[in-house]
Order: sequence, then C-alpha cells, then structure tokens
Amino acid sequence: MSATDTSVFSSNFYESRKTVHNKRIDGPFRRFKWAVMALTLTIYYVTPWLRWDRGPYAPNQAVLIDLAHRRFYMFSIEIWPQEFYFVAGLLIMAGIGLFLVTSAVGRAWCGYACPQTVWTDLFQHVDRFIDGDRNARIRLDAAPWGLSKTLRRAFKWSIYLVIGFWTGGAWIMYFADAPTLVHDFWRGEAAPVAYITAAVLTLTTVIFGGFMREQICIYMCPWPRIQTAMLDEKSLIVTYKDWRGEKRGSLKKAEKEPDKYGDCIDCMQCVAVCPTGIDIREGPQIGCITCALCIDACDKVMAEIGRPRGLIDYATLDDCRAEAAGQPPRPVWKALLHPRTIAYLLIWSSIGAGMLFALGHRVRTTLTAAPDRNPPFMLMSDGSIRNAYTLRLRNMESRPRQMEIALEDLPGAKMWNDTISRQQAATKLTFTVPADQLLAVRAYVVAPANTRAKEFEFRITSLDEQHESGEAEAKFSVPEAEAGDH
Amino acid sequence: MANKRIDQPTGTETVGHEWDGIEELDTPLPRWWLWTFYLCILFALGYAIAYPAWPMLNGGTPGLLGWTSRGQLAKDMSVADQAHTSMREQLAMIPIERLADNSELMKQSIIGGRAAFRVNCSQCHGSGAAGSQTLGYPNLNDDDWLWGGDIKAIETTLFHGIRQHGDDQTRQSAMPPFDGVFKPGQLDALSAHVLSLSGKAKANPEGAALFEQNCMSCHGMNGEGGRNVGAPRLNDAIWLYGGTAADIQRQVQNPRMGEMPAWGGKLDPVTIKMLAAYVHSLGGGENFVEAAKDPAKQTNVSH
Repeated sequence: MSATDTSVFSSNFYESRKTVHNKRIDGPFRRFKWAVMALTLTIYYVTPWLRWDRGPYAPNQAVLIDLAHRRFYMFSIEIWPQEFYFVAGLLIMAGIGLFLVTSAVGRAWCGYACPQTVWTDLFQHVDRFIDGDRNARIRLDAAPWGLSKTLRRAFKWSIYLVIGFWTGGAWIMYFADAPTLVHDFWRGEAAPVAYITAAVLTLTTVIFGGFMREQICIYMCPWPRIQTAMLDEKSLIVTYKDWRGEKRGSLKKAEKEPDKYGDCIDCMQCVAVCPTGIDIREGPQIGCITCALCIDACDKVMAEIGRPRGLIDYATLDDCRAEAAGQPPRPVWKALLHPRTIAYLLIWSSIGAGMLFALGHRVRTTLTAAPDRNPPFMLMSDGSIRNAYTLRLRNMESRPRQMEIALEDLPGAKMWNDTISRQQAATKLTFTVPADQLLAVRAYVVAPANTRAKEFEFRITSLDEQHESGEAEAKFSVPEAEAGDH
Repeated sequence: MANKRIDQPTGTETVGHEWDGIEELDTPLPRWWLWTFYLCILFALGYAIAYPAWPMLNGGTPGLLGWTSRGQLAKDMSVADQAHTSMREQLAMIPIERLADNSELMKQSIIGGRAAFRVNCSQCHGSGAAGSQTLGYPNLNDDDWLWGGDIKAIETTLFHGIRQHGDDQTRQSAMPPFDGVFKPGQLDALSAHVLSLSGKAKANPEGAALFEQNCMSCHGMNGEGGRNVGAPRLNDAIWLYGGTAADIQRQVQNPRMGEMPAWGGKLDPVTIKMLAAYVHSLGGGENFVEAAKDPAKQTNVSH
C-alpha cells in the first residue's frame, strides 16, 4: 500500500474545509442583521416566559406544548390533538411564506432569519470577541498549540457550551411550565426527557453553530436546493455587477490606465466579510445566503475611493442585463412585486383567512355515542326495550361546564344512568363536565314495547352563555321477533 | 490460476481472478465490523452458558442463571398481583352492602369482575351476560331476578350457587312436574290464563281456577312470583324457558330447573365480590336498602 497513491485518490473526492474567518464590517445590512438577530433571539428565549391568564383550570403559560396532557396553548388559542390540522395549516403557511419571501426578496430567510444563520452569526461574534478580528484569528489558527492558545480555546469553547446550553434549555421551556421546570431542572427532579433534550440541543447547537457553520448550508440543508429551483431572472439576489467591475485591477494600475480597468479594485473585502467564505464575484452560487454583508463592505470601499456605491448590490438578473445594456438602474422595490409573488401572497393569505375563520367557528362541545353491542338490546320485565350507550361528552373549554343531553326522535323513550335510578329516568339529563376533559357516561335508554328499530339522536347543549349544541347519531335496536308475540 | 497482485492506485490486493480484463479487489472487512462480529460470538457463548440453550436427550441445559419462561411468567404474575394487593385488601375488608359508598373501589371491582366474568361465567351466560333462552341460562342485564337483584343477593347466589347438593344455603326451589295431571284442554286453559297475566291472552276462567288450585301458592295470585320460595314471576315479559303457550305447557308438565355452581368453593371471596359488583352494574341491579325492605315490590316500580 502506498501512501502517495491513496492521497491522490482522496484529494480528488474530498475537499477539506477552509475555515471561514469573516471580518467585522459595519453598514446598513449589518445593522439590519443585528436587528433581526436581536428580534429572533428575543422571541426564542423570552416566549416561554410570557404568561397568559386562562383561569384556574389551565396552565398560565402563553405558549405551551403540553405533550403530557395533549394540549397546545398559544395565547388565547387552545388546540386539542384532533385539531392538529391548525398546526398543519400553520406549517403550510410557513412553507408558502418561505416561497413568498423567496420570490419577493430571494434568499432573505437564509441570510437573516434562519436559526443556523442567526446562531452561526452569534458564534462568529464570540470568536471575534475572544480571538480578535479576521487577521488575529488566522494567526491564532496557524499558531502551534501552547498554553495561551489552549486557554483561549478552552475559554471560547466554554462560551460556546453556555450558549448551546442556554439554547437547549430554552427549547424545553416550551414543553412545560417554565418557572417550575427551571426549578425542577436544577434540583435534578425534572423528567429525564428534559435533560436528554437539553443535552442533545446543547450539543447540536455547539456543533452546528460553533463548528460546522456554513457547511450545514452548503452540504446538508435542502432549502438552498429548493430555492435554487425557485429563483429566476426576476428574483432579487446579491450580485456583482461584472460589466462595471471588470477588468479588476489595483487602484494604482487603474489610475495609470483608467480605460483598461473597471471599478473593482480587487481589494477582496467582499470575500473577507463573507460568513460562508465565498467570492460573490464568481456569480450566483449555492453558498451565497444573501446576507448582503459584501454589499456593506464594497460600498464602504467605493466611498473611500470616490466611486459610486452598488458595485455589489441587490438586483435581479433581468435588471443587471438591462443595466449592462446601458439602461438606468431600476429601483429595487420594483423587483419585489411580480405575478408569482402576488400569486403566493394570495394563496398564503387565503389559507390564513380560512384558518382564522375556522378558529372563530370552532365548537368546544361535542358528543359521541357508542352503543353496547353485546347485548345490543335488552327486554325488560315490563316488556319495554332497553339499549345502553357510552356517551362521551367533550368539554374543550378551560372551565367546568353544565351540559344537557336530550333524546330526540325516539318517541316515548327515557334515559337514565348509573348515578340515578330508573324511576328518575327522563328525556333530558344534565352533567357537569370537568374543565378541558372528556366525560364518559353509560346511559340506558328505554323505549316502549312497540318501538321499532330506528335512528335517533342524542343532542348535547351547553348550559352556559355559549349555548353550544351538537348531536350524536345513534341506532335503537330491538329484538327481531318484536313484531310477533312472545 | 490465482494471479493475485497488488492494485497500484488503491494499494489493495486483488482476488486473483480476471474476467474480460475486469479484476476484483480483495478489500478486507473493516476492523470495526470484525470486532463487532467477534463480540457477538463472545456474547453468544456467554448467553449459551447463562441461559437455557442446548437441547439434550432429556430436556436441555438449564443455564447458570436458572432462568425459565415459566419462572418468568410466575414472577410477572406475582408482580401484577402485588399491584392489586391494596385493592383486594380493601375489598376483603368492606362489607358488600357498603361497596357502593366507595366509588373508586366500586369502579375497580367492576373492572376486575368483568375479567373474572369472562373466565368463569361467560361459558353459560355469554360474554355480554345476555344468557340464552334456548339453553335456559338467564340474562343478567335485565331487571328480572329470580333470587334477588341487589348486590348482596347476587353475592349470595354466586357464593352458594343454585340447587347445589351439600350446600345448605344454596338457592333452592322445585317446581313439581304436572305431567299427566291435567287433561289436554286443561293445559290449554292454564297456559292461556298464565299468558293473560301479562296481557298476552284473554282472561280464561277455567285456567284461572286451575291456577288457583295448583300454582297460586308459589307463584302468587297474579303470578307475581316469590323470591323467598324461588318462584318466578309469570306476569312480566321475561321468560327464562320461553314465553309461548307451548313453552309454558312443556314447563308445567316437565319443568326445567337450572343449576349454577357454588362459586364459594372455587373462587376467593374477593373475586366473588368483584363478580357481584360487575353483574350488579349491568343495568338491572337493584338498590340494596330498598330491596331489603320488600323485594317483591321493588320489581313492580318500573311498571
């Protein structure tokens, strides 16, 4: 086995990662990125701590995914498992929302709001804070492992761990009452799944945000591939205007021969600030998350050398072509609205409107009736016929409610249940259904001897100001020989 | 034939065969795979020593740990029993008349009773406890009770059985056979009168007279029956052995009288309590206090 041979092979198939040491930059897009980062991180960390008063029978956490009790709370909305289509609807809206954003402003999700981007950005700031800016980090990377480097790395990685733990710790707060869980967590009394989830998310946060970073976007994430298919000539992308920049040359060369060189002075600042380490001048590529930091960097250089801004800029490919052909540049906002964007907007908002409508018309009281099948009917000593049913009264409100069950379409029939005797049988029974629960009641329905097999209904009515109503269809069975004598 | 050589680009040996210029590399198995394989072999050896493994002429090797599937089952069963201990202890203490006061214990008894019913009672009474008219097994869901339908009476019937020799508290009654006593015309008149008691035939004076002479002492003036003597009601809609005139005549001439085992000798008292609670819960159970006052009246209330 020869080492040189194998290395020839492996170098053909695998390119090892070139660590990205992106340089600090300031500018409008960087400030926007700061704002989005502050907003998204605040939403993520603060949401579980928001309180929302739902009365004594339901948790007071504003957003809570209560897996143990199978309830999903989101401010004034409470969702039961069978209403999960609302969550599915939200996910569909999120999906189409991404399409909408992509068709309007390109890969803005990747550039500003994706958790991978936000946390990578956060970790890169930690790098900058501990190890200094780009050049200092490159030097430190190349330096041999000594005491100083070891200590620095240990310090930095422990900050990574703290951030990771904070992230994983915040995640589990969405699944239980946050103050209680924090208390239990530190006393070692929380559920094992809480510790496992927090540990797994701590690790994934540190590994994905601290170490893998842009490789997640470039190699692992399906979304850039989908977006690549969705972008067209009318989509906003971050572009290097090559007709203006080429041929590249240093400031000195360009001063000597102004006609030969374009605006790009090949200062490499756009590459230095890029968080994914690409060269935007090579054209649109999967590694470009359109965070626009290169625009900030290039604009700054252009201002310093007295050339107009926007050598690298947000533009559509169509606009670039028109501009290259000598037409005046079109304002960016005009690129936002085109037929596809409007179509997505309509689909997205109609799903939203449909869900709002459905939310407003939800019935929080339902009833099902399951007949006893063995035996299906029962002849009583007075000749009347009894059927038994298991009624399930569902109260989806967070307070106990009085509910009335009435027999409909079954002449002469009365019902009773295990808590009252047959002498008290009536056509209507009232139950108190506990808050947020399902009450199962075995009800006996007795009908006169001459009753035929027929369909009838149990009607449920909530005896409160909501006055909700619903019905459950049921069948009354009688002995086959009922028509004859016996 | 074998023409092994080292493949230059990979540094791996070939298997030595060549087909139309195509050779195959003899790439060794990965180390981790081999080690996993060896570990599996070690595990299997240990397993065969610790657990029953090798078939012998009589049985098999028992294994050092002494594990058996029967032992495992016995252990699981005792764990399940342990889980029920507190419930069974409570149930053993509580008099059955007071069981209804403890709704949680009642609920558990009904669940336990349902399971015991499936095992011990469903063979005759059916899995839904609906009985069988053809075979003469009574329906336990309805409100017609020959021996009493309160929870205490049901427990007594379960414990001592029906018409069991050697149990002095067993439910006992006997209908005398009237075979050859009545003339055919008299039989028709009698059965017509019996049917008229529940409004299924016109009044029959001849039959009424015969009834008064022969039947009234046990079944009562209006056929209301009597639980103290185990005489069934004849004025309701429920007939254990059939409710046609022919059925009634057959029962008069050659009466069928069912038996039920005395479960007191077969099941423990707690299980019998659970069975009584279950049967009582099927929809026809009578209230204990009221039934104690006047059992005959209780059945009339529902009319």
